[in-house]
Amino acid sequence: MSRVVVAGYGPTAHRFVEALRERGFAGRITVIGEEPRPAYDRVALTSYLTGTSLEDLTYEVPEGVETLLGTRVTGIDREARVVTTAEGATVPYDVLVLATGSAPFVPPVPGAEHAHVYRTIDDLDAIRAASDGAAEGVVVGGGLLGLEAADALRGLGLRTHIVEMSPWLMPRQVDEGGGAVLKGHIEDLGLSVHAGAGVQEIVTADGRVTGLRKPDGTLLDAQIVVFSAGIRPRDELARAAGIDVGERGGVVVDAGMRTSDPAVYAIGECALAGGQVYGLVGPCNTMAEVAADRILGGTAVFEGADLSTKLKLLGVEVAQFGAMSGALDVTYMDPVGGVYKRLFISDDASTLLGGICVGDASPYATLRPFVGKPLPAAPADLLFTGTGAANLDLPDDAQVCSCNNVSAGAVRTAIADKGVTDVPGIKACTRAGATCGSCVPMLKQLLEKSGVEISKALCEHFTYSRAELFDIIRVRGVTTFSELIANHGTGRGCDICKPTVASILASLHNGHVLEGERAALQDTNDAYLANIQKNGTYSVVPRIPGGEITPDKLIVIGEVARDFGLYTKITGGQRIDLFGARVEQLPEIWKRLVDAGFESGHAYGKALRTVKSCVGSTWCRYGVQDSVGLAIALELRYRGLRAPHKLKSAVSGCARECAEARSKDFGIIATEQGWNLYVGGNGGFKPRHADLFASDLSTDELIRTIDRFLMYYIRTADRLQRTAAWVESIEGGLDHVRDVIVNDSLGLCAELDAQMAHHVTTYEDEWRATIEDPEKLSRFVSFVNAPGVPDPSIVFERERDQIKPMVVTP
Amino acid sequence: MTVPTTAPVSWTTVCDYHVLLPERGVCALVDGEQVAVFRTFDGAVYAIGNLDPFSGAYVLSRGIVGTRGGEPTVASPLHKQVFSLVTGACLDEAGAAVPTYPARVVDGRVEVAARAALPEQSGPMGSGRRLVDAP
Repeated sequence: MSRVVVAGYGPTAHRFVEALRERGFAGRITVIGEEPRPAYDRVALTSYLTGTSLEDLTYEVPEGVETLLGTRVTGIDREARVVTTAEGATVPYDVLVLATGSAPFVPPVPGAEHAHVYRTIDDLDAIRAASDGAAEGVVVGGGLLGLEAADALRGLGLRTHIVEMSPWLMPRQVDEGGGAVLKGHIEDLGLSVHAGAGVQEIVTADGRVTGLRKPDGTLLDAQIVVFSAGIRPRDELARAAGIDVGERGGVVVDAGMRTSDPAVYAIGECALAGGQVYGLVGPCNTMAEVAADRILGGTAVFEGADLSTKLKLLGVEVAQFGAMSGALDVTYMDPVGGVYKRLFISDDASTLLGGICVGDASPYATLRPFVGKPLPAAPADLLFTGTGAANLDLPDDAQVCSCNNVSAGAVRTAIADKGVTDVPGIKACTRAGATCGSCVPMLKQLLEKSGVEISKALCEHFTYSRAELFDIIRVRGVTTFSELIANHGTGRGCDICKPTVASILASLHNGHVLEGERAALQDTNDAYLANIQKNGTYSVVPRIPGGEITPDKLIVIGEVARDFGLYTKITGGQRIDLFGARVEQLPEIWKRLVDAGFESGHAYGKALRTVKSCVGSTWCRYGVQDSVGLAIALELRYRGLRAPHKLKSAVSGCARECAEARSKDFGIIATEQGWNLYVGGNGGFKPRHADLFASDLSTDELIRTIDRFLMYYIRTADRLQRTAAWVESIEGGLDHVRDVIVNDSLGLCAELDAQMAHHVTTYEDEWRATIEDPEKLSRFVSFVNAPGVPDPSIVFERERDQIKPMVVTP
Repeated sequence: MTVPTTAPVSWTTVCDYHVLLPERGVCALVDGEQVAVFRTFDGAVYAIGNLDPFSGAYVLSRGIVGTRGGEPTVASPLHKQVFSLVTGACLDEAGAAVPTYPARVVDGRVEVAARAALPEQSGPMGSGRRLVDAP
């Protein structure tokens, strides 16, 4: 087998080439894709409109895979085994894989040519462009994709209608009762639902959409219409080449994904497998794996797929698994709380057949693996309490991850044989949980039951995690390390637990970091309120809030640097770092800086560093808000706030984002209406873009949200865990964080607000306090028995007119 | 290789005992050498070389004092290697060590003995000599 050509480059094609490479295929692989970009995550498509970048959504092209993008295969010469592209180029193949996907179905109604569809990045760009100036939109189709599209229109600020042919929404996933509850949720969000309705025509004036007329004559005003009413397999290529296709479309394949031409395979939404076309990511991934296995001589079989789904649309959890009917059923319905749960059971009440959930999908993760198996507990317990379900023992053949078809047995094998001890390990080893993530709670449970002891111990002195220590210190009112370790630890601590406890004490009490016993807990940077450098000297960074500084203060920094012979460099956080100070020089340097009105920049602390800003609406012709003013206010509010790790922030005055706010722990981007808040970004070893957390906030709302975000992070994160890693590891993710700090789901907000208020009112500049305290100052000497003597081991040479440390061989 | 010596021990006064804060270090010049002097939580006093053999910087007096398995330690402030205050041995990397010096408290003053007066052997890092006896 020397050359595999793939027609189409969507997620299924991507999975296929990955699978081929992983299985050791050494030949040539060429992928020909219609879109001008590699495959991207279509499940997360809607997030593209709310700030996720195309880059974040795009899959990496596996090494050695050739791509022809922005073109498509237009013909197959099966005799010669050559495909022709739209440009007339020819590409020979030994095996051809059709992964051409599907096209949105657009009913042939008058005006349909003015409607949008919802499938590709280009479609979304077009919808975004058309939403400019529009007030209302209609989505035709109330299924899974239709609701996604409706969510997107709503996110673009449009009053949104949903038109669905069936008598209720999501007819493929929920029954009439569930549909009613779902409709209630969606209408509560301000969307209009028109179920049992079709489309008469799309009304236009001067080539622009003005509305949609229903068959009963009613006109819905709208400037955008999006069709999301089902998909049709793109089988035209196979059809033209004489390969068998189904009566209602789809390239006919056998259980090994092979078409009627043995050299041609079809996978994904274009394939008709077992008489069915599959539009969900899980079955499509399985087809990709099966095809890869077969091409390499394997015997894998596609046996149809579980069409179970669990998703959160417009904030509503919807899940369906197994059958949607049965001899017996148990239903739980809470119209007030908007919860509907129904289980289907065999006539002898012994076997679980399926279930439907709206408003609370928690039974999905625990019960789906039991479909077709004996009921693991009384139906009422399973539906109502949820607790009965939490401790179920899954059979080995129960499917845990439906996206990647991973069984409980496979996860157990990974734990037992490969020494996997955590969820990321399971993801890497089995792919379970790597796509939609809904089975992650199940994976954790399997880990726990396997007896894997996940040590949360901070170090040999404490068996607790940082978050647990935080709670102990907070709840018991602990104020010293000695008290904590005497009652809750062993030994006398180390360079791991001491700074951690120092940080917690500082977050909670905000006393001076060098006061009393706390001085002995600090890392050298905090102990000398400066950043140690490779030769044992320190660097000094005065705070320059928002990066704004007067010429007079700038001159003072220059004079101090010149007088003490320091190396100066502009930092990435819009301030100035002065290098090469010996410990005994630090108080003199800071005396000069404090007298000129500077204060500590906390560059040495696991604390707020800077809030960077662009110049904003004051000067910039594009700016829509005063980004500098906000950055200064935020930097002054959170200065000195000790956290599990450093905190960086930035404020951009418009969507051009010159302050690079999305690379920060909390970044703010101005909008016409207020501020968008992004959280969980960082540069560093593993860069991550911040996620949109809340939109169009007023300044007061913004500050309250950041207050709570920071305090909740400080309370629950691990030691040295940046917000990016915290957001990714916290159970329930960003949705959970939003629930806690916006909806106050844990009843914590008042406490978080009070803690931040305490920080803000008790803040004092620790450098000013230090130079006013002779006892603290006395520690700033190189030699205790020769206070005036500088350390002779510190020597400099010159480079580009400044000092640099001279490397002295010890 | 241990070389016994008969030279008398000469003690240098470093500072008043109360200047040494519990679980913090100071650096002193003892016969021209930089010595890091620590007071542990139980009140004991230890002295080791101030030179961090991993970075070549004289910084060990500014490290965090703690314990490992009950043994008093200091962690280098640069790259956090942990050294025993008793033996000077690096507990994170076998073979590395810093010299130790006898230290004592006399009449409320901390005294450290100059290293030249003591038995010695070559240090494995080539960066110093490690003493066999503990203070």
